[in-house]
Amino acid sequence: MKLIRYQAPELSQWSPFNRLASLREEMNRIMDGSLAAFTGGNVGLFGGWSPSMDVVQDKDAVYVKAELPGMKKEDIDINFQDGILTLSGERKQESEVKEGESFRSERFFGKFHRTVSLPTKVDADKISATYKDGILTVTLPKAAEVKAKQIDVTVS
Amino acid sequence: MNTRANTLERVEEAAPTRMPAWELPPTNIREEKDAYLLELEMPGVSKTGIEVTVEANELTIVGRRSDPEIQGELVYQESRRGDYRRTFELDPSINTGKIEAKMDQGVLKLTLPKAEQVKPHRIQVTD
Repeated sequence: MKLIRYQAPELSQWSPFNRLASLREEMNRIMDGSLAAFTGGNVGLFGGWSPSMDVVQDKDAVYVKAELPGMKKEDIDINFQDGILTLSGERKQESEVKEGESFRSERFFGKFHRTVSLPTKVDADKISATYKDGILTVTLPKAAEVKAKQIDVTVS
Repeated sequence: MNTRANTLERVEEAAPTRMPAWELPPTNIREEKDAYLLELEMPGVSKTGIEVTVEANELTIVGRRSDPEIQGELVYQESRRGDYRRTFELDPSINTGKIEAKMDQGVLKLTLPKAEQVKPHRIQVTD
């Protein structure tokens, strides 16, 4: 029987892959919206990691859910600008000294950064977020003008 | 070091098609002097959704999601929304009566203490 031990790829600081990772981020920014196709899962390409995200909308709001298990609330940053929501932060490995031996290492630690462009205009002042059981839920209420338009449509 | 090799090897690696489809939670395992420490990522699962069972020499962890699915039009989805399950084979050196579990923001932390008789201890030499 054997145990396969492997390291999270981001352990090496000098790596040229870091530059590749920032290139990827740049591409994500350019290709906003369809970035899901690029990252797909929750494992980032070489640099950091990439949490899974879901986006749902109903008539009142857009909801963005991100799976961020094992973080501290204060280590999550939420930014909204020009119709683009950015989630970023850092998952820190617990500070316990590694006196023991690790022989399965599948969790990712370190920084993450994800952006999503919203399908509709939202009211930036009323954005709220909760973090529970490792899931971040951001609620972005739709802008009044969008809602008014929706009502018009239903009437006609 | 048979102890280490036999411990906590995942049993189900060779059985990818099982019904229902469970999510396999990413896991870290570390061996310390007195215990093995496991961390399993199960976002969406709260304390009440966790079942940890020991049967024969198998440790089974099940996590059931309790986060509500948001109703509405799905713009896009990457999460898999499944419940989680993973099984490990336990080394005989583990004191199964004293396994501790803690849930913290979607991460289950298990402490599997080693039995007294396998902890390192000094043996006096007698003539």
